[in-house]
Amino acid sequence: MRRKRRPSSLAARLAWLIVMGLSALFFCVPVVWLLLAPTKTDGQIVRDNPFSFGSPGAVADAWHHLYAFQDGAILTWLLNSALYTFGALAITLVTSIPAGYALALTQFIGRRMLLTITMLVMLMPTAAMVLPLYLGMNAVHLDGTIWSVILPFSFFPFGVYLTYIYFSSNVPSDLLAAARIDGCSEWQVFRLIAMPLAKPVIALVGFFNFVGNWNNFFLPFVMLPDSSQYPAQVGLNNLLAASPLFNTSSGTGNPIMRPELALATLVTIVPVLIVFLFSQRALVSGMLAGATKE
Amino acid sequence: MTTHLATERSGRRRGRSARNPVGRAGYVFVSGYVLLLLAFGVLPTCYAVWLALSNSRNQLVGLGNFTRTFTDYRFGPAFLHIGLYLVVWLASLMILVVLLSLMLHGRMRRASTSLRFLFYLPGALAGVASVLLFLILLDPAASPVGWLLKSFGWNTLAQVNAPGHLPVLFTVIAFWTGAGGWIVVMYGALNSIPDEILEAARIDGASTLQIALRIQIPMITKWIAYMLILAFAAGTQLFVEPQLVSLASWGMIPDSWSPNQLSYQYAFQAGDFNGAAALSVDLLILGLACAALVVFRTGLFDRDEG
Repeated sequence: MRRKRRPSSLAARLAWLIVMGLSALFFCVPVVWLLLAPTKTDGQIVRDNPFSFGSPGAVADAWHHLYAFQDGAILTWLLNSALYTFGALAITLVTSIPAGYALALTQFIGRRMLLTITMLVMLMPTAAMVLPLYLGMNAVHLDGTIWSVILPFSFFPFGVYLTYIYFSSNVPSDLLAAARIDGCSEWQVFRLIAMPLAKPVIALVGFFNFVGNWNNFFLPFVMLPDSSQYPAQVGLNNLLAASPLFNTSSGTGNPIMRPELALATLVTIVPVLIVFLFSQRALVSGMLAGATKE
Repeated sequence: MTTHLATERSGRRRGRSARNPVGRAGYVFVSGYVLLLLAFGVLPTCYAVWLALSNSRNQLVGLGNFTRTFTDYRFGPAFLHIGLYLVVWLASLMILVVLLSLMLHGRMRRASTSLRFLFYLPGALAGVASVLLFLILLDPAASPVGWLLKSFGWNTLAQVNAPGHLPVLFTVIAFWTGAGGWIVVMYGALNSIPDEILEAARIDGASTLQIALRIQIPMITKWIAYMLILAFAAGTQLFVEPQLVSLASWGMIPDSWSPNQLSYQYAFQAGDFNGAAALSVDLLILGLACAALVVFRTGLFDRDEG
């Protein structure tokens, strides 16, 4: 059997290498280009080899130009992003982990209905909810405040669903029953037995919530009226609109060109990149934990 | 597979009967989430439906807002744009993600770990960052693939961003940021198929293609369905991509390219919240209909049988 397949396997290996090589190029080239762009002046980006390295001095120049935009707005935007993202993350973890736990391992009236609604809401297109959310916030006069962003971000049914799946497939209820027999209260069972076991799923929920919130554009774009309240994503949109590169009418002498835009993009994604690098292993094993239970 | 599932199910059923009936604690544990669910899930949906069915003086007008937005000259094009984009995006996502996952799974497992990470990394640039990057990258003047763009006869950014190219352009951006994550998920799902099954098929003389088509793909159908639902929902909601591209298109691309943009225009340019709500409800129904279809066809949530 094995010997018979040999002749085709060389061709197969070649095809594998070509497809993987092309895919790797497609996914990597933009990232490499983005890393190199701020080291060059705008002229160098256009004229030089796309993958040449400019100079560290050019990065400093680009940063000065970027920082000068609306007096350090870039830092304000990053701080706002951090505030909204971590604020929502905290509320998400405090609400979704116990909820997923209770749905998986305790019994109460309405449990099944809550589970169905959660799945339904999880599948609902969230962007279609942005305007209704704005109108609701407007009705209770919360639009334009940080709560109009943090609170909708912290509603995260996908996190509840992940926690529910994790607890229902990884923690046997006998374990909890034993703890109850030993005299643990419900709160102690949750805190002493379930929580220590839940670390992987907490990491997973935290990761998805963090990345989703950090990258969200539409909701803060609609909710927040003022540049000083913008998170980084909406700020990037402002930079783009202000760049003479794309808008010949807007501000001549405004030095927001390609190196500044590339640098702004890089600075904006650094937190997500760090989270990506550190959580990769946990993430894959967490996803596998979900996958193997099929 | 069926027996495996059956034993797992009966096991879970046994687990459930052993669950202590502890009503009150359950309510306490879900209370925070339920509050959020009501405030930011259920109530806005109900409010949107109410707004869609009423007018600015809070009078019920039936389907008036729907027919009014339906006859808007921007309505047809917006949904047509999204439809075209969905066809290109879903087809390429399904085919390429499944193909790449199978290929990564089949050979050189060690190299595939790094490859998966490389594919996954652009996900960090989702949203505005990816669009901004591609807007610069797709300008033939500054692009590292300028030669490729010029070989198509596109010498300026405006030619690359021509309205007819947008569905493909958005697919490239969405694939670049999103495909890696799905490859990780599919790879994990493929990993969960026991090696013995594949080995047995191989001994029986099945080719790689036959194994993929008859064993691997059927066994990861649920995950493919899940990907389809989420990608469909995300596709109908396109906002940031057309918004930025339109900003940088020198007026060539309308700011009501996608339904969500149109809805935004209704709310904030015309102050017509009822029309905006009607469009949001259209999108919600569209997303839920697709989700329901796929869920029922594939039994996606079968794990919750009780």
